[in-house]
Amino acid sequence: MAQILISDPTLRDGNHAVQHRLTAEQIRRYAAAANAARVAIVEVGHGNGLGASSLQVGEALLSDEEMLRIAREELSDVKLGAFGIPGFATMRRDLDLAIDVGVDVFRVGAHCTEADLTERHITYLRERDKEVYGVLMMCHMATPEQLCEEALKMKSYGAQGVVVMDSAGAFLTRDLQDRIARMVDATQIAIGFHGHNNLCLAVANSVAAVDAGATIVDGTARGFGAGAGNTALEVLVAVLAELGHDTGIDLYKVLDAADLADAELVQQLPTTDSVGIVSGLAGVFSGYSKPVRRIARDFGIDPRDVFFALGRRDVIAGQEDVILEVAMALRDAVENQGLEQQDDEISDAEGDKA
Amino acid sequence: MEASAIKGTTTEAETRRPRLRLAGPGRRGRLRVAIIGTGNIGTDLLLKVQRSELLDCELFAGRSSGSAGIRRAQAMGVETSDRSIDALLEEPERFDLVFDATSAVDARRHYELLKPHGIPVIDLTPAKLGKMCVPALNLADCVGEPNLCMVTCGGQAAVPLARTVMETHPQVDYVEIVSTSASASVGPATRINIDEYLATTEAALSHFSGVGRCKSILLVNPSTPPIMMQNTVFAKADETDLPALTTAVEQMVERIQRYVPGYRLVVPPLYENGRIAMTVQVAGAGDYLPAYAGNLDIITCAAVAAAEENARVLLQDAASTQA
Repeated sequence: MAQILISDPTLRDGNHAVQHRLTAEQIRRYAAAANAARVAIVEVGHGNGLGASSLQVGEALLSDEEMLRIAREELSDVKLGAFGIPGFATMRRDLDLAIDVGVDVFRVGAHCTEADLTERHITYLRERDKEVYGVLMMCHMATPEQLCEEALKMKSYGAQGVVVMDSAGAFLTRDLQDRIARMVDATQIAIGFHGHNNLCLAVANSVAAVDAGATIVDGTARGFGAGAGNTALEVLVAVLAELGHDTGIDLYKVLDAADLADAELVQQLPTTDSVGIVSGLAGVFSGYSKPVRRIARDFGIDPRDVFFALGRRDVIAGQEDVILEVAMALRDAVENQGLEQQDDEISDAEGDKA
Repeated sequence: MEASAIKGTTTEAETRRPRLRLAGPGRRGRLRVAIIGTGNIGTDLLLKVQRSELLDCELFAGRSSGSAGIRRAQAMGVETSDRSIDALLEEPERFDLVFDATSAVDARRHYELLKPHGIPVIDLTPAKLGKMCVPALNLADCVGEPNLCMVTCGGQAAVPLARTVMETHPQVDYVEIVSTSASASVGPATRINIDEYLATTEAALSHFSGVGRCKSILLVNPSTPPIMMQNTVFAKADETDLPALTTAVEQMVERIQRYVPGYRLVVPPLYENGRIAMTVQVAGAGDYLPAYAGNLDIITCAAVAAAEENARVLLQDAASTQA
């Protein structure tokens, strides 16, 4: 059975689940546990990657440099990874810093139809002999043909593999498998899968992706990640082992790491709640979960309405400012409806009198 | 300075003005301009220049004779050339001002070649060679400059709003702008130069607003039909004066609408989760580029506004000399 590379973004995607407020101690302890479990790559940082700490997507408690340095100290046997999206991250400010800190593996991301935004960053890192993967985000929004084309672009820039992110947790298994199989066939490089659990399909989709030829899979401890959470790392490792795949990961140690995450990182286990299901159905980036809930509460509107409205606008990852615009329009609509209802009641009452 | 910005009365500019020559009498005193670069931006610019009462396009020059832009110009009766900058250098005396709508690398070379002839350049590429120009903020200071940098689309759209934040909330020490454009309107040059785009936008943001720390974010959305260009300004604040800010923003929006008709406030200033936020949308005029390409339209609009201001000041001077 195939050798599967497990990449663990607990300390990156998980940051979404705590509004990017992971502490130094949490990063230190989890990195040490993941190191003991021998996961292949530990990805660390703000939920939206390098240079993303902002009012738009949330300010991180620690700087990129602090987070990476702490993890670096704990990782002796596994690689340190960083994620970056051009448009947020820049080469001189962010990639250089990550290189200096000693990041081993870079994943350079773009919305699934916009791979050419990653060209400069990928070539820049390859010129510096770094291990580089391209990441296509929100892959449910592109056709299989588009995904193959975009993955080939990333390959041509020098990416050593391409990771398909189901950033909204929206993929149905059959659709995903078809895409992975075609991308493996078209690109002849390593294809990876990063799941979210909005429809409770993250583990099943990850296994299906492996069946279709994917050789890289992302998992986070207890599914600690944006929105409804990611693929649970410890479950993924156990299932892949049962299927006879070699991940090189020690089962007991990865279970220990998950227990540690449960006790130390997770305030509330990511679950597939009502809002999470709607988020997945609407196909909206998982990172919107926290701000949508907060803004919907403040504006006195239903977060599910916000998600469906965002879905209709085809928002991509990082467009969180649109939540305010959508919430304002929904609140106005609710208020107008209330006024109309009052008008109706008044005219009904007057009609009765007449 | 604010109040006079749009009218055009600075002394600093007077000393440098000789670089501009006034057009011949047969031209009704219009500024004679050349446009280099016949792509989308150059062609959209041409349509706006030809509509202007203060500008005349003498030459529309690019590299490929068969381009859609060249054909459009020919249909309008504008002289064209496929020899780019060389065509201009043969008869430099024909031009009072040059718009450069090529690429950052070419713009650098063109400027070096035009400098000895004293012809001012309005640069629409991100080469960042001359003074940064955001018409709503410093139009008067942009008269007689040898080279004007039109910043970036996000800079044109959002920096004026950031300035209103800093004017009404001087204690703010961090401002952020997020620009989202339709995928179809973001060309290969912007994509490959995305880091430079962010750096130039941040330079303009800090220069014009005076904020201590700032950040610019660029997003590209592939939705169909294409989305309108959208820009959000955030500022970190503990205390706010939203009524004062709203008044300042409304005035600024009005001022920008004078040269960018499709500019509109979609989320008025509000305060949420420790941040001031507001959003504007930019629809293009639909001259040559489609209406969704507000990100390109705002740059061509701003460039024309800068050229017209130069023309206006020159005409005033000519009139006062005659009198």
